[in-house]
Amino acid sequence: MSSLQGVERSALATVRHGLSLTPEFRKGLAGTLLLAVVATLGKVIVPIAVQQTIDTGLQESGPDLAYIRTAVLLCAAAVVITALCAYLMNVRLYKASESSLATLRVRGFRHVHDLSVLTQNAERRGALVSRVTGDVDQISVFMQSGGLMIIIALGQLLVATVLMFVYSWQLALLVWLCFLPLLVALPRFQRWLSGAYTLVRERTGDMLSAVSEAVVGAAVIRAHGSEARTAQRLDVAIEANKAAQARTQKIVATVFPLTEIVAAVAVAGVVLLGVKLGIGGDITVGRLIAFLFLITLFVSPLQIATEVLNEAQNAIAGWRRILGVLDTPPDVVDPGPEGVELPRGPISVSFEDVGFAYPGGVPVLHEVSVRIPPRSRVAVVGETGSGKTTFAKLLTRLMDPASGRVTVDGEDLRTVRFSSLRERIVMVPQDGFLFDGTLAENIRFGRPSATDEEIRLALTELGLADWLEGLPDDLSTRVGQRGESMSAGERQLVALARAYLADPDLLLLDEATSAVDPATEVRLARALEGVTRGRTAVSIAHRLSTAEAADEVLVFDKGRIVQRGPHAELVREPGVYADMHASWVSARSS
Amino acid sequence: MASKVTPAVMRRGLQVLGVAIRTEKAVFAAAVVFSALYGGMTVASAWALGWATENVVEPALKQGEITTGALTFGTALILGVALLKAMGVAGRRFLAGVMQYRMQAHSRRAVTRQYLKLPLAWHHRHPTGQLLSNANADAEAAWAPLAPLPMAVGVIVMLVTAAVAMVITDPILALVGFLIFPAIAVLNLVYQRKLSPLATRAQQLRAEVSEIAHESFDGALVVKTLGRETEETDRFRARANELRDANIAVGRVRGLFDPMLEALPTLGVLAVLLIGAFRLESGAITSGVLVQVAYLFTLLAFPIRALGWVLGELPRAVVGYERIKGVLTATGSMEYGTATLSGTSPARLEVRDLGYSYGDYPVLHDVSLKVEPGRTVALVGPTGSGKSTLTQTFIRLVDPEAGAVLVDEVDLREVAHGGVSDVVALVPQQTFLFDDSVRGNVTLGLPVGDEDVWAALRLAQADGFVSGLPSGLDTMVGERGTTLSGGQRQRVALARALVRRPRLLILDDATSSVDPQVEARILYGLRDAAQASTVIVVAYRMATIALADEVVYLQQGRIADRGSHEELLARCEGYRNLVTAYERQEAEREALGAEEEVSA
Repeated sequence: MSSLQGVERSALATVRHGLSLTPEFRKGLAGTLLLAVVATLGKVIVPIAVQQTIDTGLQESGPDLAYIRTAVLLCAAAVVITALCAYLMNVRLYKASESSLATLRVRGFRHVHDLSVLTQNAERRGALVSRVTGDVDQISVFMQSGGLMIIIALGQLLVATVLMFVYSWQLALLVWLCFLPLLVALPRFQRWLSGAYTLVRERTGDMLSAVSEAVVGAAVIRAHGSEARTAQRLDVAIEANKAAQARTQKIVATVFPLTEIVAAVAVAGVVLLGVKLGIGGDITVGRLIAFLFLITLFVSPLQIATEVLNEAQNAIAGWRRILGVLDTPPDVVDPGPEGVELPRGPISVSFEDVGFAYPGGVPVLHEVSVRIPPRSRVAVVGETGSGKTTFAKLLTRLMDPASGRVTVDGEDLRTVRFSSLRERIVMVPQDGFLFDGTLAENIRFGRPSATDEEIRLALTELGLADWLEGLPDDLSTRVGQRGESMSAGERQLVALARAYLADPDLLLLDEATSAVDPATEVRLARALEGVTRGRTAVSIAHRLSTAEAADEVLVFDKGRIVQRGPHAELVREPGVYADMHASWVSARSS
Repeated sequence: MASKVTPAVMRRGLQVLGVAIRTEKAVFAAAVVFSALYGGMTVASAWALGWATENVVEPALKQGEITTGALTFGTALILGVALLKAMGVAGRRFLAGVMQYRMQAHSRRAVTRQYLKLPLAWHHRHPTGQLLSNANADAEAAWAPLAPLPMAVGVIVMLVTAAVAMVITDPILALVGFLIFPAIAVLNLVYQRKLSPLATRAQQLRAEVSEIAHESFDGALVVKTLGRETEETDRFRARANELRDANIAVGRVRGLFDPMLEALPTLGVLAVLLIGAFRLESGAITSGVLVQVAYLFTLLAFPIRALGWVLGELPRAVVGYERIKGVLTATGSMEYGTATLSGTSPARLEVRDLGYSYGDYPVLHDVSLKVEPGRTVALVGPTGSGKSTLTQTFIRLVDPEAGAVLVDEVDLREVAHGGVSDVVALVPQQTFLFDDSVRGNVTLGLPVGDEDVWAALRLAQADGFVSGLPSGLDTMVGERGTTLSGGQRQRVALARALVRRPRLLILDDATSSVDPQVEARILYGLRDAAQASTVIVVAYRMATIALADEVVYLQQGRIADRGSHEELLARCEGYRNLVTAYERQEAEREALGAEEEVSA
C-alpha cells in the first residue's frame, strides 16, 4: 500500500490538473491544433483528385487534359502545404510536451526530497524513481504518438465523413453502418488488451526480480549450491513472461485484421449500392470511386485505436502517479523565509514532554524531557527498539513529535528554517551512503565550496591521514556505485568526514562507527573528542566505549529515559546501564 | 557505439537476424508464408477494385447495364481477397510476436544460466545494473527487429508482385511507381540513419536520468541531513533538460520525415492521374487500370515503411546482441572435477601458499594454514586485511590465483559440481534473503523436514522470533528480507547454513548485528551441538575469539601470526592493539580521571 496520498480524480480532471502544473504545454496549443486541422485536410486530397479526374476530366469525348493538369497541380500544391503544416505541428508538439514534462519531472523529484523520511521509507525506492522516470515517459509517449494519432485519426474520420456526405449521403450512411459495430466493440477490445498488458507488466516485474535475485544473491546461491533451484525459478518466470506476451499478440492479431474485413464489406457494399444509385443517376463514377479511396481513411484510425486507447490509459495512470507524489503534502514542512535563522555558535537542545508514534503504530517515545546544554557531549544508549534512533530523528527534525516540542536555543524546531537547521545540526547516519564519484566529491557533499586542501585537513584532523595515504588514488579514488568499492567501515569514515567538513554546531552520530575495526574506532573517537570541543555532540552508541567518554549518558528503555548521568555514576548504581555495561565488558574481554 | 545504419552495422544486423531465423526456422517460415499471403493479397485487392470499376461500375453507370454475374463475382472477389489478406495479417502478426518472444526467452535463459555458471570474480567485475540489463533490455533490443521482419518480407513480396502487375497492366504508369517507391525507400533509409543516433542518445539519457533519481533517492537521508535538496534537484534538472533537448531533436527529425513519407506516395498518385489521363486519351489503358494503379499506390504507401522499421532497429539490435554475446562467451567459468568429499565427521582444511588479487590490487599473499577436524579457528585482522576474500576461497566462491585450498586432502578444484557446498557452508557478512518464505530461505530447495528447519533455527537462536511471525515458517520475508531486522536476517542466514549440517562452517562476521548476549548463546550452542563441525569464525569481539581453539591473525593479506589468544596477546603487537583497543582506551581514561582527581 502506497503512503503517497493521490487525490481521487476522474481521467479528465487528472489531465486538466496535470496540464495546469505545466503551463509550457498550453502555450501556443491553439496554433498547434490549427496546424493539425490543416494537416489532416491533406488526407482527402487523393480521393478528391481521383473524383475530379474521372468526373470532370474524363468525358465521353475524351480526357480534358488541361483541366486535369490544373487540378493535379493544385492538389500537389495542397500536398506540399499540408505536409509543411504537419511538420510545424510536430515540432511545436514535441517542444511543448517535452518542456512541460521536464518541468513535471523536476517538480516530482524535488517533492520526493521534500517528503519526510517517514513517507520516503514507506515507499520502495524503485517505485519513487519510476514516478519521475517511467511514468513521465509514458505521458511523453502518449503525447507524441498516441495523442497525436488521436487528433489526426479523428480529423481524418471527420473530413472523410464530411466529404462522403457531400458525395452521397446514402453511401456515407452505409459506410458508417459497416464500421459502427467495430466502433462499439472498441472499448471491449481495449479492455482485453489492457488486461493482457497489465499481465505482461506484472510478469515482467516478476521476471526482473527473479533475475535480480540471481544476480544480487549470486554469492549465497553459490555458497549453498542452489544453482539448479535458481535456474528453475528463473525458467518459470521467463516462461510466464513469454506466455503473457504471446497472449497480447493473440489479441492484437485477432482484432487488427477485423478492420480489413469490415473495410472490404464496406467496399463491396458501396459497389453494390453505388451501382444501384448510379443507374438512377444519383451518383457519378468519380464519386463512387472516390468513396472507395475514402474508405481506406477509415482503416488505419480503427486499426490503431485499441493500442492508442491503451496508451491513453497508461498515460493517465502515469499522470495519476506523478500527481500522487505532488499531491502528498510534506509532513515535515520548511517554514521558509518566515522561519527563524539560528545564529552560529554553541547550541543547546531541549526536549519538552516529547512523545512519538509511527503512523498506525504504538507509541515508541513517551514524555521525554531532557536538556542538552551547549558544548556538552552526550551519549545515548539502550537496547534495539528502545527509542534511541527516534530520539535522533526528532532532534534533527527528520520527523516532528506527536506531542510536546523540541527546541534549539529556545526556538521550537518547527519554526527554524531548514537552510539554517541543516547547517547547524548535522547527523551522521549508520549507513554511510556514498554517491558514485570520487572520495573528494563525496566529502565535499558536506560543504560544496571546500577545496581539496580543506578536505585533506579535515581528514587529518579526524586522524584519517594514514587511511587516505593507503588509498590507490588519494582524493580521486573512486568509491563505486553506492560506495560499494569501499568496505562498510570505510564508507562510515567518509560519511563522518563529510559531516565534519560541514562544520555544524551540533554533531549527531547515529552508530556512525559501528562497522570499523576496534582500533580505528578508538582512534576516531579520540580525534572526535578533539574536533568536537566547543560544539555540542550527541552520539548514539552501539559500543559502550563512547558512553564512557561522554559528559552525560542518556539511557533509553522502552521509549523513556530511565537513567541519566555521567558514566562513572551510572555504572555504580544498579539498573539498565550497569547491566548493559557488564555485558559489554564481558563480550570485550571474556 | 554502433548507433548509425552503416553498411557494417547492416551486415552484422542481418547476421543477427540470421541467428534468429536459424533458431526458429519453422515459426519464421510460417510467418513468411502468411506475410507473402498478405503481400500478394494487398496487390490483389487493388486489382479486384480495378476489375470491379471496369466490369461493374462503369458499365452500370455509363451504359446503365448491370450483369448479375459480374456484380456477384466482383463482390465475392473483393470479400474473398480481403478475407485472405486478413488471414495473412493475423498469421503474420501472431507469428512475428511468437518468434520475437521466443528468442527473447532463449536469450534470457542462456544469459541467466551463464550468470549461475560464471565465477563470482566475474560478477564482482560487472555492476549489478549492467547484468540486469543484459538479461532484460538487451535481450529485448536484440530481437526487436523480429517484430516487423515478417512484414518487411511480406512487403518485398508485395513490391515484386506490384511491379509485375504494373508492368503487365501499363509499363508507363509502372515507371512512375519505379520512381516513387525507390524514392520512399531511400528517404526511409536516410530517415533511419538520422534518427537512430538521436534515439540512442535519448535512450541513454533516459537511463542516466533514472540513475540519478535512483542514487539520489537511495541517498535521501544524506541529502536531507546535509540540506542538499536544491543541489540535488539542480543535478537532476540538468540531466532532465538534456533529455528534453534530445527528445526534441528526435521530434524534429520525426516531424520532418513522417509528413514527407506520407506526401511522397500522394504525389505519386497525382502523377499517375496526370500521366494516366494522357494514356487514356491515347487509348493505351482503360479507366479501370487507372483506378487500380492509383489505389495500389495508396495501399503500398504505409507497409513499405516496415523496411525502414527493421533497418531502424538494427543498430540497437546489434548492440544488444553483442552485449548478450559478451556474457555468453565470457570465459573463466568454473571447471569442476569428479572427486567427492565423502565422510560424515568434521572436515580438515588446508590452505597452501595461497595468493589472490583484485585486478592489480593484491589482497592475499602466500597464505598457508592447516585446520584439524573439529577445531574452531578465529580469523582476526583489521578492516581490509583480506579475511573475507580468504573465507571465500574455502567454499570456492573464488579460486585462488596461486596455491590451493584442500578439504580432506582434496583440492577444491577437483571436486564435482555441487560437491563443495554439500560439505562447506559460509555465512557471509552481508546477508541476502530471497523474496520467499522463511522456510524457503532456510532450505533453498533442500528436501528437509520442518523438524530439521526448526532445529537449525533453534541453533541460530531464531526459533523464538520465527514462531512469533504471523505465519511462522510460511511468513514471506519480502524483497531482500526487508520485513525482518538486520539481526533477524543474520540469524535466518545462519540457520540456512546449519540446516545443511556442514562439516566445515565458516562465519564471516556473521553475527555482527546480533546482540552480544544472543551471539554468545549461538556460539556456545554451536560448540555443544551434536552436529560437530570444523568452524572458521571471522570476528572482532573478544568473547567470540575466546571460544576459538586457535587464532590466526591476518595483516595486509599475510598471516602475521597464529597461536592461542594468550600467545598472540603476548607476542603480536598488531593483534594486541586490535583486540584490546577498548580496554586501553578505558584504562587511559581512568588514568586521566585519576590525574584530574589528584590535581583537583
